[in-house]
Amino acid sequence: MAYDGEDKILEEVTGKAYEFGFTTDIDSDKAPAGLNEDIIRLISAKKNEPDWLLEWRLNAFKVWTDMVEPEWPHLQYEKPDFQAISYYAAPKQKKELASMDDVDPELRKTMDKLGISLEEQKRLSGVAVDFVMDSVSVATSFKDKLAELGIIFCSMSEAVQEHPELVRKHLGTVVPVRDNFYAALNSAVFTDGSFCYIPKGVKCPMELSTYFRINESGTGQFERTLVVADESSYVSYLEGCTAPQRDENQLHAAVVELVALDGAEIKYSTVQNWYPGDEEGKGGVFNFVTKRGICHTRSKISWTQVETGSAVTWKYPSCILKGDDSVGEFYSVAVTNNFQQADTGTKMVHLGKRTRSTIISKGISAGKSQNSYRGLVQIMPNADKARNFSQCDSLLMTDQCGAHTFPYIETKNPTAQVEHEATTSKIGEDQIFYCLQRGIDEEQAISLIVNGYAKEVLNKLPMEFAVEAQKLLAISLEGSVG
Amino acid sequence: MLTIKNLHAQVEDTPILNGLNLEIGPGEVHAIMGPNGSGKSTLASVLAGREDYEVTQGSVDFDGTDLLDMDASERARDGLFLAFQYPVEIPGVSNLNFMKAAINGKREHQGLEPISAKDFLALVKEKSALVELAGRLRDRSVNEGFSGGEKKRNEIFQMAMLEPKLAILDETDSGLDIDALRIVSQGVNAMRDAGRSFLVITHYQRLLDHIVPDFVHVLSEGQIVKSGPKELALELEEKGYDWIKEPAV
Repeated sequence: MAYDGEDKILEEVTGKAYEFGFTTDIDSDKAPAGLNEDIIRLISAKKNEPDWLLEWRLNAFKVWTDMVEPEWPHLQYEKPDFQAISYYAAPKQKKELASMDDVDPELRKTMDKLGISLEEQKRLSGVAVDFVMDSVSVATSFKDKLAELGIIFCSMSEAVQEHPELVRKHLGTVVPVRDNFYAALNSAVFTDGSFCYIPKGVKCPMELSTYFRINESGTGQFERTLVVADESSYVSYLEGCTAPQRDENQLHAAVVELVALDGAEIKYSTVQNWYPGDEEGKGGVFNFVTKRGICHTRSKISWTQVETGSAVTWKYPSCILKGDDSVGEFYSVAVTNNFQQADTGTKMVHLGKRTRSTIISKGISAGKSQNSYRGLVQIMPNADKARNFSQCDSLLMTDQCGAHTFPYIETKNPTAQVEHEATTSKIGEDQIFYCLQRGIDEEQAISLIVNGYAKEVLNKLPMEFAVEAQKLLAISLEGSVG
Repeated sequence: MLTIKNLHAQVEDTPILNGLNLEIGPGEVHAIMGPNGSGKSTLASVLAGREDYEVTQGSVDFDGTDLLDMDASERARDGLFLAFQYPVEIPGVSNLNFMKAAINGKREHQGLEPISAKDFLALVKEKSALVELAGRLRDRSVNEGFSGGEKKRNEIFQMAMLEPKLAILDETDSGLDIDALRIVSQGVNAMRDAGRSFLVITHYQRLLDHIVPDFVHVLSEGQIVKSGPKELALELEEKGYDWIKEPAV
């Protein structure tokens, strides 16, 4: 008589397959597994890098060798074997790409499967896309158009060749080599990523977008993204991620650095949908990412993330509010299902006077997953009248999942104002029944309720991402009430 | 429209309905009254298909189909509407989006295309006037921050939008002041027609001054112990429920 029982629902959720679990059959130029100075020299040579960068990498490798993996996150996983990973896998290309038409057809198919056909992108949405597959940037669209405004948007490798002075000036300034274990590893072995520079006073007229994809097995992805917004400029940057379904755990250790100079604004949005592992918790991507931005006077950095993928996520997009009157924002929806684990949040470091930060975190846990918010709000002695508002909400879909909140607040200035709010709730059977009684089916009911819960964050996403994110939330949680 | 035969239902092994019989014809308004704990709200929940309620015996025919064979959303799509005693809040979901999803669910069931934005807005305008539901209430999240009266008006607004064949009003008068009671009743009365039936569940007679029923039934210990014309409600008001517990004449 009643609507589907809980057992059935739980069964259904485990039945929902990962949609992006295909691999692309293209020739790949892959380095042997293992990590040592020779591999780093090989990567650097393959990429025809200047000596300073090779030295920088080798130094990072030395630093990394002396570091140990962090143990403090609320995560349990088998530590990756860093000598079993191949640190360089590039889709083989026969020649320089002059236009989009020169892209390998198999690769084009991959992009089509991801629903980001570049042609479509060009025609419909006016989004410039950089596509990074297995660490190497494959294609960047719209470059010429952006160049007219003096905007540089290209792969990191290209930036190293074409704009070495900019790269050298900013690389590692926000996330120093010795910042943490994975940042040091990334600094030693990063193979590509995206680079973006917006000149003084320029408002970038379109969303810049990067899609990351891990394709090869036995590889890690270590991309490095650097966005520099010069004085009074503006850019909105989007990042999307997928990976094939594999039984092994793949490592993704990226570093993203944002530099917002005086009066600049950077909006950085991520929809992360790396393969989360199967319903038994087998396989899936380890997503160990360091993202940080530095805000100079009156500048603003806004991080928005929708995290639905990865077996294990360890990620804290942060803002160093160095300049007076600068603003940092962090809006996050993190969904975990089955055996996924996420330990994510942000750091807001207030150095300048009247700096302001806002943190809105919405965790959604389903299945047997564990979802933690970890955040640090630090008000330094000179940050007169700094203000922070944090809100951390957790929504539980089952009785077997966990939600945890670890807020750290350090205030060294008595004029600062820090507010923290937190709630935990279980998705209401009453809410679902109310929807059912109005003729809304169960899947849609959950989608409505969850999207309503996450609305404050989803609203911060650019239009074309918001739709994608809503769908992703619905898929990730299909029938997951219990 | 609705034929209930010998209905037995329980919640967690506690029997609440014990052989209930009721027949509601098209266009009729039936009121069910009864003391607290007599099974009034259980009847509403069982008919709407709430899953905690287990039917152990009996049958319910809804306009020619076996109601108990359908799940809650199918019943709704087939034209059964329940105005909740305690309408639920859904934060972040706008009232209008919620209604649109409901209407499109029903249309899909009928093999129709989703409603166009223009038709939808016209419908909203027409129906919200019925219960004097101001724009700000329509545009807010479902029931979030609504007063008791606003929630009940919203229920009637939703009913008007969905145009059900059978509407069950579960203690819609509870927590209403006299103005809200008038507005809600007007909304219901405006929707009375030959093809639509109502089951009005209430504890008090005063609602029935506004929504005048064709029949009144008294529920006690999970059974209908007395049925009569609308005057029965007045008699109940005067003599109290104890009167009914004596053997029926």
